Amino acid sequence: MASKLPRPVIPTLVALFILGGWEWFVRSGRVSEVLFPAPSHVLQWFWDSLLSGELLAATWVTMRRLIIGFAIGAALGVPLGALCARVRWVRDTLGVLALGLQTLPSVCWVPLALLWFGIREEAVLFVVVMGTLWAVVLAVQESVLNVPPLYLRAAQTMGSNGWHLWSRVIFPAALPGVLSGMKQGWAFAWRSLMAAEIFVVIVTGFGLGSLLNAGRELLRMDQVMGVMAVVMIVGLLADLIFFSPIESWLRRSRGLER
Amino acid sequence: MGNRSETSPATAALTLRNVTKRFDGASGQVTALEDITLDVREGEFLAIVGPSGCGKSTLLSLLAGLEHTNEGAIKLGDQPVEAPGRDRLVMFQQDALFPWLNVLENVLFGLRLKPDLTEAERLESARYYLNLVGLGNKEKARPHELSGGMRQRVALARSLAPNPRVLLMDEPFSALDALTREQLYGDLQEIFTKRKKTIVLVTHNIREAVCLGDRVVLFSPNPGRVQQVFDVNLPRPRRMNDPALANLASEVTAALSARLAQ
Repeated sequence: MASKLPRPVIPTLVALFILGGWEWFVRSGRVSEVLFPAPSHVLQWFWDSLLSGELLAATWVTMRRLIIGFAIGAALGVPLGALCARVRWVRDTLGVLALGLQTLPSVCWVPLALLWFGIREEAVLFVVVMGTLWAVVLAVQESVLNVPPLYLRAAQTMGSNGWHLWSRVIFPAALPGVLSGMKQGWAFAWRSLMAAEIFVVIVTGFGLGSLLNAGRELLRMDQVMGVMAVVMIVGLLADLIFFSPIESWLRRSRGLER
Repeated sequence: MGNRSETSPATAALTLRNVTKRFDGASGQVTALEDITLDVREGEFLAIVGPSGCGKSTLLSLLAGLEHTNEGAIKLGDQPVEAPGRDRLVMFQQDALFPWLNVLENVLFGLRLKPDLTEAERLESARYYLNLVGLGNKEKARPHELSGGMRQRVALARSLAPNPRVLLMDEPFSALDALTREQLYGDLQEIFTKRKKTIVLVTHNIREAVCLGDRVVLFSPNPGRVQQVFDVNLPRPRRMNDPALANLASEVTAALSARLAQ
C-alpha cells in the first residue's frame, strides 16, 4: 500500500509530526519558551526579520564575504595545486604543508588574523581563504596527478605540449576532481566564516554569524534557531543551485553516470 | 637474419640502427630491446608481431618519441627521432579519446595543432576522415555513447586526419570483439590502399599481422630481438579466413614456437 504513495508524502508527514509535537511540547508549558522556542516563534522571527530587512542584510554581508573569500582561495589554490602536481619538491614541501593545514580548523586562524589585519574585513576574508585554499590545493594536486597518462601520451604525439597540454588536456581531464575539491573548499569556507563571525565582532559588517551571536546576547533563542536554519538552508541552496548541477552535468556528459 | 629488413635509405620512411633499450627494473636493469636494425619503407604496412615481453610496444614508444633509446639511432627520413611529433601519430590499445570533447572535436584536436590550416580546412578534413571510417553521422556524439569498435574508429580518424607521415598502431584491435575486429581490418585495408600511408602495427595476434602487413617482423623475447622477417604477397583486401593467409600465419607461428622451445 505504502509503495503507491508519492515518495515525499512520508517524509513530509514525519516532519509535520515532529514539528507539531515540538510546538505542543513547548506550548504545554513544560519548558521555558525563552530557552526553547516553538517552531511558530522561530517562524515569527523569520517573518519579522525578513520584513525589517535585517535578515537579508546579514545574509548579503555573509554571502559577499563567503564568495570573495572562496574566490580568492580557489584562484590561489588552482595554480598552487597544479604546481604541487608538476614539481616534485613543491609537492614535498607545500603539498605536505597543505595536508597539515587542511586538518587545522580554520577558526584557529582567527587570533592571528586579528593581530595581522586588525578588526577589519580583511581578517574575516583571511580566515575564509585559509578554509578554502588547502582543500582546493590538495584536490587539484590529486586530480592532476590522476590524469590518465594515456591522455597525455595521445596529446603529446599529436603535438600538444606546454600550456596547450595544460589548458586543453590536463585541466579538462582533472576538472571533475577539481570541482569536488572546490565543493569541499566551499563547505570549509562556510564553516570557518560562521565561526569567525560568531567569535569576532566585525565593525565593517553584520553577518549571519553576528546575528546569531546577537540573539544569544539578547536571549532571543528564536533568533538563534532561526539563523541556524537560515545557515543550513543557504548551505543547501549553494549545493543545489551551484555545485550539484555542474557536477552532474560534468559526470553525465562524460558518461560517468546517466 | 635482420639483413632482409634493411633497404636503401632513399625509400625508407623510418630507419632503426642497432637500437637498444634498457629499463631499470626491481632486480637490476632489464634489456627490453637489443640491437634492433630495421627499415620501414615509405608507403609500407609493417606488422611487428611477437609474444608479450618481446619489447614490441617499447619499440613503438621509441618510434613515437615517447621513450628514448639507450644505444643506436632512429631516423624519420633523415631527421633523428627524439621527441613526439605530428609526423608520427599513434593509435593506442585503448582509444584514448578525450571524454570532454565530442567525436568531431576529438578528431579536430590534432588538426588544430597544425597552424598552417584554416578552420574551414580543418573541419573539412575532420569530416572527410570521419566519413572514411563510417562515422560521419556521429560527429556530435560523446565518446561514451559509442561502442568500443566505433571509438577505435574515431581514434583511427583522429590519427589519420592530421596526415602524419607514419601511423603507429599499438595493438589497437586487441580490446575488441572478433566481429568488430574483422570489420576494422577491412576498413583499415581500404584506407591503407586509398591513402598509401606508412603504417607500423604492433600486435601479438599473428593472423592479424599477416592479414594487414606487407611484411611481418617476428620478434623474440628476453631480450627483444628481430627473429625473422616474412614477406606477405597476398592480394588486398585480405580476409582472415583465406587459406593462403592461414598457411602463412602457421608458418610464422611455427617459427615462433621453434624459438620459444629452445
